[in-house]
Amino acid sequence: MGPMSAPSPVELDEPVTDDVTLPATPWTTVVWNDPVNLMSYVTFVFQKYFGYSKKKAEKLMLEVHEDGRSAVSSGSREEMERDVQAMHEYGLWATLEKQE
Amino acid sequence: MTGFTRHRRSGRIIANFTGFEADLLRSLAGQLVELLRNESAAPVERDPLEAMLDFSGPTTLPEDPVLARLFPSAYRDDDEAAGDFRRFTEGGLRDGKAAAAATIIDGLEEAGLPPELTEEGLMIDVELDEPTAEAWMRSFTDIRLALATRLEVEEGDEAYWASLPDDDPRGQAHDIYDWVGYLQETLVEALSDR
Repeated sequence: MGPMSAPSPVELDEPVTDDVTLPATPWTTVVWNDPVNLMSYVTFVFQKYFGYSKKKAEKLMLEVHEDGRSAVSSGSREEMERDVQAMHEYGLWATLEKQE
Repeated sequence: MTGFTRHRRSGRIIANFTGFEADLLRSLAGQLVELLRNESAAPVERDPLEAMLDFSGPTTLPEDPVLARLFPSAYRDDDEAAGDFRRFTEGGLRDGKAAAAATIIDGLEEAGLPPELTEEGLMIDVELDEPTAEAWMRSFTDIRLALATRLEVEEGDEAYWASLPDDDPRGQAHDIYDWVGYLQETLVEALSDR
């Protein structure tokens, strides 16, 4: 292999903006209320897995408990599938959905 | 019975159980392992050769309500995406949950629980490191979800369960469900206490 040559300028036939990829639509992980999981446990899981502060974890846990659901994380679809899988590992009822 | 506490000096999570309690926990964890290993998630009739050559995981919600709760659909309104997610995750999740339940069984037996409980007055002292204690904690959740699904536990139904006569088997099963909940509560507390 020879030495790398200096890149030559590329001639573009089309405006550059046409090639810009829009970021993927952000997704959300939603945790749903169930009559079984302990409030302390749900808070623990949010702190442990997401690294949230106790205050934030408790706020999300109370949302689940009182509103029936809480959006606990957001990001790419792949990331949210990982989060949902982790929640299922912990026995929490979680789904992912496209952010509105 | 005091549940779990964190040992001040060693930092390990400790608990002691009567032989009866340890035997009961082992039996619950054993039933969970059996359920996770035995029931096929997608009971469909198919050509046996085709079934053998299929390396992918299940794509539909398990028929058993306990398994359906342990492995819920990841997408509410998209069956195809839910099927794909399940194919790639359910096998691993099943293995993880079975392994966590096996951790409970192994821990109790290593602490001296014999294969058949005969000795009276036997006490089982368990001492868990942090990752093991977390596996126990996760598995307590699975055991509680399984019991609650079978019993059809609902939000705010405590008065109903309390009203059942002492010899009602459902009431007795609910007492066990409550007991595992108590154990889990103390375990979460012990793990949070550092």
